[in-house]
Amino acid sequence: MKRSEREQEHSRRIISRRGLLLGGVQLGVAGALFWRLRDMQLNQSEQFRLLADENRINLRLLPPTRGLILDRNGVLLAGNEQNYRVVIKRDDAGDIDLVLSRLARLIPLSEDDIERARRDMLRNRPFVPVTVAERLSWEEISRVASNAPALPGVTPEMGLSRFYPLREDTAHVVGYVGPVSERDLEALETPDPVLMIPRFQIGKSGVERMEEDRLRGRAGSQRVEVNAVGRVMRELDRVEGTPGGNVHLTLDARLQNYALERLHGQSAAAVVLDVESGDILALASGPSFDPNLFVRGISTTNFNSLLENDYRPLLNKTVQGMYPPGSTFKMVTALAALEAGVTDGQERVFCPGHMDVSGNRFHCWKRGGHGRVDLVSALAESCDVYMYEIAQRCGIDKINEMSTRLGLGIRYELPITSVSAGLNPTREWKRNNRNAEWRIGDTVNASIGQGFVLSTPLQLAVMTARLASNKAILPRLIRDPSARAEQQAASLDLRPEWLRMIRRGMSDTVNDRRGTAYSSRVVAEGQLMAGKTGTSQVFSITRAERDAGVRRQEDLPWNRRNHGLFVSYAPFDAPRVAVAVVVEHGGGGSSAAAPIGRDITLAALNDGMPPLSAYPAPQRNRIHSEQQDMQERLRRPEDMRISRA
Amino acid sequence: MSYLEYNTKRMPSGLTKVLYLNWPLVALLIAVGCYGFLMLYSIAGGNLRPWADPQMKRFALGLAIMFFVAFVPLWFWRSIAGLAYVASVLLLLGVEFFGTIGMGAKRWLVIGPFRLQPSELAKITTIMALAAYYDWLSLKKVSHPLWVAVAAAIALLPALLVLRQPDLGTALLVALGGGVVIFAAGVHWGYFAAIIGSAIGLVTAVMSSRGTDWQLLKDYQFRRIDAFLDPTLDPLGAGYHINQSMIALGSGGWSGRGFMEGTQARLNFLPEKHTDFIFTTLAEEFGFVGASSLLLLYMLVIGVCLLTAIRTTNRFGALLVMGVIGTFFLYFAVNMAMVMGLAPVVGVPLPLVSYGGSAMIVIMVGFGLVQSTHIHRARLPS
Repeated sequence: MKRSEREQEHSRRIISRRGLLLGGVQLGVAGALFWRLRDMQLNQSEQFRLLADENRINLRLLPPTRGLILDRNGVLLAGNEQNYRVVIKRDDAGDIDLVLSRLARLIPLSEDDIERARRDMLRNRPFVPVTVAERLSWEEISRVASNAPALPGVTPEMGLSRFYPLREDTAHVVGYVGPVSERDLEALETPDPVLMIPRFQIGKSGVERMEEDRLRGRAGSQRVEVNAVGRVMRELDRVEGTPGGNVHLTLDARLQNYALERLHGQSAAAVVLDVESGDILALASGPSFDPNLFVRGISTTNFNSLLENDYRPLLNKTVQGMYPPGSTFKMVTALAALEAGVTDGQERVFCPGHMDVSGNRFHCWKRGGHGRVDLVSALAESCDVYMYEIAQRCGIDKINEMSTRLGLGIRYELPITSVSAGLNPTREWKRNNRNAEWRIGDTVNASIGQGFVLSTPLQLAVMTARLASNKAILPRLIRDPSARAEQQAASLDLRPEWLRMIRRGMSDTVNDRRGTAYSSRVVAEGQLMAGKTGTSQVFSITRAERDAGVRRQEDLPWNRRNHGLFVSYAPFDAPRVAVAVVVEHGGGGSSAAAPIGRDITLAALNDGMPPLSAYPAPQRNRIHSEQQDMQERLRRPEDMRISRA
Repeated sequence: MSYLEYNTKRMPSGLTKVLYLNWPLVALLIAVGCYGFLMLYSIAGGNLRPWADPQMKRFALGLAIMFFVAFVPLWFWRSIAGLAYVASVLLLLGVEFFGTIGMGAKRWLVIGPFRLQPSELAKITTIMALAAYYDWLSLKKVSHPLWVAVAAAIALLPALLVLRQPDLGTALLVALGGGVVIFAAGVHWGYFAAIIGSAIGLVTAVMSSRGTDWQLLKDYQFRRIDAFLDPTLDPLGAGYHINQSMIALGSGGWSGRGFMEGTQARLNFLPEKHTDFIFTTLAEEFGFVGASSLLLLYMLVIGVCLLTAIRTTNRFGALLVMGVIGTFFLYFAVNMAMVMGLAPVVGVPLPLVSYGGSAMIVIMVGFGLVQSTHIHRARLPS
């Protein structure tokens, strides 16, 4: 429509006015946007930058290498093994079924393994590597590596896992590691973040557990950039962790191996101590188990068979097992009497085979009696009546005091789990625990290591070492190579003339024709042994059984037979090692425990298989064939890997 | 303006029209386009493919179309305005019956090798139709209720058809673009006050009815409104996008994290980073400097166009320009408000910067019309 000049002017004015108004509104909105932009980008940019970094940066912990556990000569007891595993990524693999079936032809994969891998892959994002197989051998992993072109998405990887090269030998001492459990985490107030690493393992028992702090080391960390779906794009930086420190034990791996093999087939324990330093040279508890099974995750079947075994392989009998010490306790009674001055040791006591104490008859193990015995012959022939007599004279308090002084009834601070204290029964203990007063009969029982007295094999070894050295040595398991100056143990302050009598008695036990361990004597020059046998009663043979013809231990079922004990030190004139052996339900000390004690003592002195010349000539043939049997079971020197670390 | 008004003596003709183009506007548009190329190059990790290269070609095509539209005399556009409007409404109806479904909505018509999005076309034809309508209408009748109703119908018919696709964002843009033209034409402000007032009243009534006996909507509908208004209530859906977008934007700071260094974009935390959320990437990598300078450029485009509208004596041209800049403003303002968390998430691209063909061509046609108005404006004798 043709408009007049006036109308055109009017239209222009309206449009200009409205246009400017709209422009103004737009400017206002733009100003608001500008203001918002300024607020977010200038005032709050720090917070947003932080949020952006939280989005993209993932902190990953790098597990530290666990410290090694070594024996006194540097033999590796616990180390870290290259662990080869195969991982697979779904998005690189393409057809996962095809790749898995090809893989199964190269490495052992069960149907379950394949099914689990498939499930894990489908559950995770496609770029997440899933472990298909672990602990592969070098051959297996190289087969996978050389077939890489046919296996898209499959990568061989390497990690470290704990392994125990000496397997059963050190299971009870070194212990084992296992995955961190909920209970482990709850027990800690501020758990080390490294514990959250999947599959991270910590010490579960033994030295592995007690020295965890030293062995674990400090985790390193790695910061990686991830994208929105979590895929790692690149590494931003990395702080290497500190590897764990090594732990040097006082154990001698070869002696440990010998001791355990010598206990073969029995439920028994043997301890070897250095009499001067208290170093634990061997701490064998048989039967043992393979700790490597626990690291891998033990199967229920294997675990149940360990649990149900009558010989209780999981128990560390050297420190956990408590046994009535029997006649090995007699040195305590004798020394207590000597110190109390109730006998001079020369005095002779008549043993008719029994003694009546307040209406009860206490028998000597020798029914016919020993006749007149002094202290030395009472020890050598293990006369019970002699002990009954002098114990009544000096009383339980003195016996307890001497027992503690010799190292019994004390819980030693050792880096092993479940070290028990044994039991030195006192009047107070009986009141509190049995709700009864101490009676003279209890003293009589205690005098021969029966009744309430309980000791661990380690304690018996400590007692023997103390008798041999007259020092209050303490057992030691960790060897601190930095502490050059060995701490001198305090003297026990036992009068030399008393100790001479005790040692004479122990020597006669082994070396005198009438001694209870005469058949286990050593004839080699400079390696003569002194010792004491012990037979501790678990159950007495009942009248019914006696009537049924049960006369001897061998006629009883295994778990009702007596424990056999033997303690010894050698060489007699210059003691170096102290040994304690307990054979559970072995029958008797002289028959079951003393031969083992002798062999282990000789192995410790000779640093290996004892020479036949150390044995009495008539026994050599038998010993020789025993040694040959054993030689096959012993670990070869090349199995003992010396670590340079 | 009809051919009769077309004063050939005072109008440039032939190639001389090039001299009369609004060159500052051309320069500003190219500058805005360059922001887009740069960001698309960056988002692709320093590659022209897959986005920057096609975008540049499309932009060149858009410029060519703009020049073509500019050189066509304005009276021609006025003459075909009605026809174009009817054609686009028919196409929208075609979408309704024969449209292709994509992303949960019917938006496209496939004609031979072409894929047409009639809703984009409707934005421009609605503005043209309204401008022509008010050019034709006597000035005295502009505020008469009947003629206002006709104008409202022209704006709402395509908007409702777009809404049915459903495409709320485009429908709003079509309706509001029309509203800008109606407002600029001089319709009495009382109508607008009434509409805004009743809209506010309605919203207030609905929202205040919540939890009362006479509740106007169902509970789940209220919850959907809540999530629409405040995306943080839905942290795994739309809220996640807005949250990540704000993190990216805010972390840019004053000068940004550097070209191709934006972690949010590069690591895929940003949704739709090459289309609707491209402003976020810009703000992350070039910071406040980059983001506010783009806002400034947009406002300069508005200003330059506004000058053209004010300086022309041609009512059709002036209204057309007002409609184009109104739509253009709504595009970037809604988009920016959305990525800054000030507006709900609606699919509105950042004009000339977001990757995408249809929207860019339509905007270039719009600026072609602005240029045509500029070239063919009635000049006062100097």
